[in-house]
Amino acid sequence: MNGPRTLDPAEQSPTAGRAGDRLLRAGDVIGRFLLVILLTYLGLLAVTFFIGRVIPIDPVLAIVGDRAPEHVIARVREELGLNKPLWEQFYIYVTKVLQGDFGNSVLTSNPVMQDIRRAFPATIELATLGTIIGAGLGVPLGVWAAVRRGGLADQFVRVMGLIGYSVPIFWLGLMALVVFYARLGWVGGPGRIDIVYEYTLKSVTGLLLLDTAMAGEWQAFGNALSHLILPAALLGYFSLAYISRMTRSFMLNELGQEYVVAARAKGLSETRIIWRHALRNAMVPLVTVIALSYAGLLEGSVLTETVFAWPGLGLYITNSLQNADMNAVLGGTIVVGSVFIGLNLLSDLLYRLLDPRTRDR
Amino acid sequence: MTHSPLPIARRLLGAAAMAALLVGSAPASAATPKDTLVIAWAIDDIITMDPAESFEISAGEIMGNTYDRLIRFDVSDPSKLLGDTAKTWTVSPDGKTYSFELKDGLKFASGNPLTAEDVAFSLQRAVILDKTPAFILTQFGFTKDNVKDRIRQTGRLTLQIETDKAYAPTFVLNCLTANVAAIVDKKLVLSKEQNNDLGYGWLKTNYAGSGPLKIREWRANEILALERNDNYYGDKSKLPRVIYRHVKEAATQRLLLEKGDIDIARNLTPQDLAALASSKDIKTTSTPKGTVYYFSLNQKNPTLAKPEVREAMKWLVDYAAIGDTLIKNIGVVHQNFLPVGLLGASTENPYKLDVEKAKALLAKAGVPNGFKVTIDMRTVQPVQGITEAFQQTAKRAGIEVEIIPGDGKQTLTKYRARSHEMYIGQWGADYWDPHTNADTFARNPDNADDAKSKPLAWRNAWAIPELTKKTDAAVLERDAVKRKAMYEEIQAEFRKTSPFVMLYQQTEVAAFRSDVQGLKLGPTSDTTYMFKVSKL
Repeated sequence: MNGPRTLDPAEQSPTAGRAGDRLLRAGDVIGRFLLVILLTYLGLLAVTFFIGRVIPIDPVLAIVGDRAPEHVIARVREELGLNKPLWEQFYIYVTKVLQGDFGNSVLTSNPVMQDIRRAFPATIELATLGTIIGAGLGVPLGVWAAVRRGGLADQFVRVMGLIGYSVPIFWLGLMALVVFYARLGWVGGPGRIDIVYEYTLKSVTGLLLLDTAMAGEWQAFGNALSHLILPAALLGYFSLAYISRMTRSFMLNELGQEYVVAARAKGLSETRIIWRHALRNAMVPLVTVIALSYAGLLEGSVLTETVFAWPGLGLYITNSLQNADMNAVLGGTIVVGSVFIGLNLLSDLLYRLLDPRTRDR
Repeated sequence: MTHSPLPIARRLLGAAAMAALLVGSAPASAATPKDTLVIAWAIDDIITMDPAESFEISAGEIMGNTYDRLIRFDVSDPSKLLGDTAKTWTVSPDGKTYSFELKDGLKFASGNPLTAEDVAFSLQRAVILDKTPAFILTQFGFTKDNVKDRIRQTGRLTLQIETDKAYAPTFVLNCLTANVAAIVDKKLVLSKEQNNDLGYGWLKTNYAGSGPLKIREWRANEILALERNDNYYGDKSKLPRVIYRHVKEAATQRLLLEKGDIDIARNLTPQDLAALASSKDIKTTSTPKGTVYYFSLNQKNPTLAKPEVREAMKWLVDYAAIGDTLIKNIGVVHQNFLPVGLLGASTENPYKLDVEKAKALLAKAGVPNGFKVTIDMRTVQPVQGITEAFQQTAKRAGIEVEIIPGDGKQTLTKYRARSHEMYIGQWGADYWDPHTNADTFARNPDNADDAKSKPLAWRNAWAIPELTKKTDAAVLERDAVKRKAMYEEIQAEFRKTSPFVMLYQQTEVAAFRSDVQGLKLGPTSDTTYMFKVSKL
């Protein structure tokens, strides 16, 4: 009996065939997508795990310290399962992760995700504002530099980019603090918010701007913003250096295309050509650049966080690594990996939205 | 090709407007609140709030401010013991039983009364949980099985502690001033117990004490907030709130201090301190700490094991230059393993830079042209500067020192595995008694690779059966004068023959705003009392 039940499209009725076709293809795409994600995570975890076990730091040392008697060390080592073979340790870890148990930080004994849930919002705020500054200023600057090629803006973008690549961020951060905080008093100092608000602020999401706005505490909001602006501007600057150069490059590419010549011949205004046509086309690859730049900031910038006493993800992962707290490092790796995968997905979606050519295929 | 600059200008104007808005929202006044003491310190070493487990330096200070114990020592004269929760105490004639009577009417921060039951429970708990600092108590013969008999409550306000040997009473009593002997609220802790853990899981991040300050909140690597405990039996804390902010970078601490966003900065470098010396708003205070820094030579290395080489190394350090520059304000040259302030400490510093003498010793050892050696070094100051200075001076005697830089835990792991050649390290006193350092520098009961205890002497494979006997005898000597003489003798021998090149004793320095009063750093981590600090 080979009626409509068969999966062979040739043997099915025409309409059912096309629906089945699409379902198959959709299933195929999703399946392949999930497989890629799974392999990515597994690979990420495996590499991090084995690097962590290979680095010459004794994780027990961080927990019990240098003074612990030998039997305490041996006991803790046993409790952590460090005497088992490497493969077994990895297998145990992965099975736990699949059940949602990311383990406890060996340093704080808190569940790793709880610690990260505290540290991540600080990084989110910084990265988001930094990317807004970086893209918000970087794109127009890049456009300007491309349009006035060889002009002042172009030189400016080039020099800014050069400084961004050469000057160490911690030095620039300290200098910015000295000038804008210590000497001029224009911005708040290192730390997320003044001590005064420590007792009155209720932390809901961990995103201080959001929490203070939701509670209607506008003075606290302003305070949090004043603390946020300098490190965000710093990260934004480095984003800006990169994004403006990429924008310039993409725009030059677009402005050299034939449709621009055609548009000019048709009498369209220059402004319209640049912003509505060329930039819109340049946005397609630019979205990926901005998304990846955002992802790069979201993994936490440990140097900025150190200088500005910002309790974010970068400091958390770095501190955990220096103490061989592998549960915390792996948890952080998963979070960062998820961010990258998520943002890649987002930029793919935006790609499809922005570029009509990728739509109905 | 022309184009209108308007859209660009509009955007930049928007950006400028946003900047103006933000400038307007900068804080009007940057000073800390009058009722709060704000301290910037690197507190990322804190991993627990449980006094039975806590041993790191920052945590030690927190414990010292928030938990009481039976006795404390007088910070201005560490040889004097003061009753904390104990009113009186006696030692039995055979020297093995200590009897304590507590003050009456004491309460925990929770409101629960503090009696001998809580004291006995706390000490027993520390022994049973057997975490890192437990050795301070278990070295008196307490084990999980016998502690409930040896440490016993004898009345509502009385208890007895029985040691296995007749140790020097100062030794036992000094150990009882340590954080591991802190008194926890038995009722509260047991109410949070899970799986018979004696409340360990809960107390790791919570508070159950009776000290002048109580722990309000701890966000790891971010902030630690303390509050005045109104149930404290003694003088209440001068300020209602004390906050420790975790700030890792010294330059950031300095900026915060100069602007007045913090009251006290604890990690400033010698350069920062020198620069702030002329400031009217900022003062400094310093105290010698019970921490000593040293180079050590692994005796597994045949060249370094030669006695003449060991001595030669001690003549190749430019102590004077290091003292004047690299450790200025943060340390004092000290060539003994007992820090000044401990009973029996010696201030004999016989060594100075003498390249010729070193060369002669090397010739006697059979290596007149020097040799190659590696040293494991943490990449922090002043340790890095001192190692580099040593590399220079050693070269003059033909010794080529190769520096292997590493992270703190990384070099420590290598050191504990005895796989180093030379090492530069430090050791802080665990409790205020000379045995704490003698136990690690001058005692090595078992030099085998799988030894049960791994003191510093073991880590450098220094086999010293005779010196170990002397150290063991010193801890049992009940006469303080005789005991002092014994430690001086041990140190004299140590100076001559040990594979340790003692360098300096740490001075802890804090910089603070001039309106802060009463700040005094203690000799140990748990004797810096923030509850005595006030603001004008």
